[in-house]
Parts: sequence; C-alpha cells; structure tokens
Amino acid sequence: MSEALISLQQVTMQFGTQRVLHAIDLDIQRGQTLGIIGESGCGKTVLLKLIIGLLQPTVGRVIFDGNDLGKLSERQLTQQRLRFGFLFQGAALFDSLSVYDNVAFGLRAQGRKSETEIGEIVRQRLQEVGLPPSVLDKKPAELSGGMKKRVGLARALALDPEVMLYDEPTTGLDPIMTDVINELILQTRRRRPVTSILVTHEMKTVNKVSDRVVMLYPLSRLKPGEPQVLFDGTPDQLRACTDPRVRQFIEGEARDRLQELALATEPRP
Amino acid sequence: MATVNSEVLGLGRWGRRKIADAIVDLGDLSIFAFQICAGLCRRSSYTTLLPISYSVGVRSIPVVTITGLFIGMVLAVQAYAEFYHLGLATRLGQIINISVVRELGPVLAAVMLAGRVGSAMAAELATMRITEQIDALACLGANPVHYLGTPRFLASVLLIPLLTILANFMGVLGGALICIDVYHVESHHYWENVRGYIGMWDLMTGLIKPLFFGAAIAVICCHRGFYSEAGAEGVGRAATRAFVLSFIAVLILDFFLAMFLNNLYDYLWPQARHML
Repeated sequence: MSEALISLQQVTMQFGTQRVLHAIDLDIQRGQTLGIIGESGCGKTVLLKLIIGLLQPTVGRVIFDGNDLGKLSERQLTQQRLRFGFLFQGAALFDSLSVYDNVAFGLRAQGRKSETEIGEIVRQRLQEVGLPPSVLDKKPAELSGGMKKRVGLARALALDPEVMLYDEPTTGLDPIMTDVINELILQTRRRRPVTSILVTHEMKTVNKVSDRVVMLYPLSRLKPGEPQVLFDGTPDQLRACTDPRVRQFIEGEARDRLQELALATEPRP
Repeated sequence: MATVNSEVLGLGRWGRRKIADAIVDLGDLSIFAFQICAGLCRRSSYTTLLPISYSVGVRSIPVVTITGLFIGMVLAVQAYAEFYHLGLATRLGQIINISVVRELGPVLAAVMLAGRVGSAMAAELATMRITEQIDALACLGANPVHYLGTPRFLASVLLIPLLTILANFMGVLGGALICIDVYHVESHHYWENVRGYIGMWDLMTGLIKPLFFGAAIAVICCHRGFYSEAGAEGVGRAATRAFVLSFIAVLILDFFLAMFLNNLYDYLWPQARHML
C-alpha cells in the first residue's frame, strides 16, 4: 500500500481536564472517501480540526503529505491548509459578506488571480453546486439552510483543494436536500482527484458516499484499555458488523440509554 | 484550630491559583496584542478598515456629543455655587475646561468607545468564533487576528483622539452655556480667564492619553471575543467582560499616564509650576 496522505499517530486531545480523543491511529490514503461516524461528543469534529491544523493534539502527531503539522511555522501551516477545503457544520459563511465575496474570499486572500478570473471561478463553482447567479449579491442571512451549505461547498471548492473535509454536511436538512448534498459530494469526487473525509450521523450518507468507515466511541463509555476506534472497514463490513455498540448506532436504537436517562433524572434521596 | 488552618490554607491555594490565572491571562493578552501589531505590516489587514472606522468613529458621534455636552453642563451646575460665594464666578471656565480637556473628555470618549464599540466588537467576534467563521478564515488562508483584530485596533487608536476632541468641545460648550446663559457670568471675563489658563500642553496630554486608551480597549475587546466560550451565554459574557476589563484598564492607564505626563512636564519645564 502507498504512503498515507494523512496519518494520525497516537493522537490524544484534551481540553482542560476533559479528554476527547485518546491514542487515535488512523491512515487515510490519497483518493479515499472516509466516513467518520459516532455519537455526539465522541470527538469527530475535533478530529477534523486536528487534520487541518486548526487544533494541535495534546499528544501525538498529525502528518499531512509527509509534513508534521505540529512542527510547521504559522506561514507553512497556512500553505498546507490551503490544500484543504472545509465545509463547516453550519456552513460558517461570513455574515457581513455577500455570497460572491464569501466564495471569492480564499482566492482574494491568496492574491494570485485577477478580479476577472476570480469572478469566473466564483460563477463556475456556484453553478457546480446548482446555485443560480441571482444569489451572488445575497447575504448569508437571506439563504435557506441547504443554500448556505451549497455556498459553503462552493467556497471550499474555489481553491481546488486536494482534500475535502465535510463536517456533518447534511445535518438539519430535509431528505431531498440531504440527497442533493450527497450527490454533490459524489460529483466533487468524480470531477477532481480529491480525498474526502466526512463526519456524519446519517447512515444513508455514509452508505452512499464513503468507501471506508471509521466509528469512534465516546471515551467516557469505553472500558479501560479499549480502543476508541470501534470499527474501521467498508460500508458493507459495517452493515455486517456484530458489535452491539456498532449495531446500536447504525440501527439508531436507544436501548440502555433510556435507563441511563431515567437514572439521571431520578430524584436523589 | 485545625479547621481554621485548613481554611486559611485553602484560601491561600485559591489566591495563588487566581494570581497564576491572572498572569497567564496577561501573557495571553500580550501575545495577542503583539499579533495584532504584527498585522499592521500586512496589506490584508486594511481591507476592512473603512467600514470598521465608520462603525467606530462616525456612529459614535451622537453619543459622545450628548455625553460631552451634559458633563460640561453638570460641572458648571456643581461648581457655580462655590465659586459664586468666593466671588470667582468668572473663573468657573478655568476649572470646568481644564477638567474636561485633561481628564473628563479623554476618559469619557474612552468609556463611550468601550461601551458602545468595544462590547459590540467582543460580541461580534464571539459570534464569529462560535459559528466557526474564525476557523473558516484560517482555512481560507487569512490570519484571523490580522484580518479581524488589526483593523479594529487601528480604527480605535486613530479615531479616539477625534472623538476626544469632540467630547472636549461639547464639554467646554456645555459649561459655557450654563455659566453664561443660565448663571449670567460675564462672557468676556469667562473666556479671557480660560484662555490664559489652558495651554497647549493640557490639550496635548488630553490627546496623547486616548491613543493608549483606544489601543487597550481594542486589544481587550478583540481578545475577549476571540476566546469566547460557547453559546449565547458565552457571547454575552464576552461582551460584558470586554466592557468591564477595558473600563478598568482605562482608569488604571489614566492614573499612570497622568503621573508620567506630570513628571515629564516638571522635567521639561522645571520653573513653570512656580509661575502658576
């Protein structure tokens, strides 16, 4: 197997006294579409932010294309970050800027293209995600949730990234818009040789888009010595997995959580 | 006795932890201030300077005008009775105007800036933090501190002296309005006494101090916004703490700058004090 494009080595992340990730080892190959699943609070978004260098691990290393992100200067880290596109959970569009300026932001920050070239790229990317030119002058507040996600995707794609990171791209969207976003993720992969990492709760998205799935489990629920990565395999293997914790997640059943809820809300003597 | 000892020890530990936290915060704030200043050399830091300057400067004009006018009027009302009984009513302008120009104008403009602009800055940046817009900036190749912090710093530092001039002017006008039009102090002597009493040094010190106030307000408020806690409560707390901390910083800076500038005056013109 060729050298991994992204490699997480014994990554542990702790905020104050709260440990979110513990000793994660993960290799992501070039061109792969990896779906990361797991319950809320198990550290999926933190993992994405570690991969792009927005956070530095408390322990361990994140290697991107041979570079240890923890050892790069701020300028070098910025250069590496530009090789990524990040679709944030709430799209994270800049409120004060129009759709056009949002999509053009990264291109202008680089300062390598003329305003005419930037205009062409912006229109092309918006067309790719199925948005009409009439949205160009709108502010993010005037857009629906699905449109915001698509503008966010257009903005992420404007810099022609080698790696696309999607943080819960379909959360809060209706089923039709969810499928539209899934199709756009597939279309992005078809059009360019991009490596994709997708954090999601939606099993439909995982099955449709990913060719590898990793499931994380919250540290607070693990027994001592158990690895945090509960599952690592293809979507087909995930469907056939017999681990009750994996099955509980993919079948979306509360089971023991209802008892925990009852215990937590029970009045104390 | 053992309980008292353990309480004292507990208090000591708590105190040491608080002091250590304060030192860490101060170090963090200093690094942030350094990053903001480093952004002054970057062209990207100036792209949003104009709209931010409009928000900081132009939109502060009404509030600074009103507060400046009323502070001058209140000073006149409070001081008139004392000066009148001493037969010094025509000297009222001296005490009102020197107070406004050297202290009240700069501090008032700074407090207005901290309250109106500083807390808004903190709330805006905190909202950007919790909606991941600051992370998005970093992912798109911009340095968030340079892009968001530096223009706010620059606008505050450059525009606060102008707001101070406005506050001074309105304070002087307010005082004169009450003294001359309401208490019928003879206007010629009122202005003549003022002219002989307030010098260029007084005006200059009143304009040097706001530069430091503006810098402190911008750094503190941007820092609070950048490192806000999550949720609506976190944004509210960031805005409140930004105002409280910058207000305290303005008063502390005012004290030390007043000491420094007075000593500087004595050093530059040692004979001048005796001539007053």
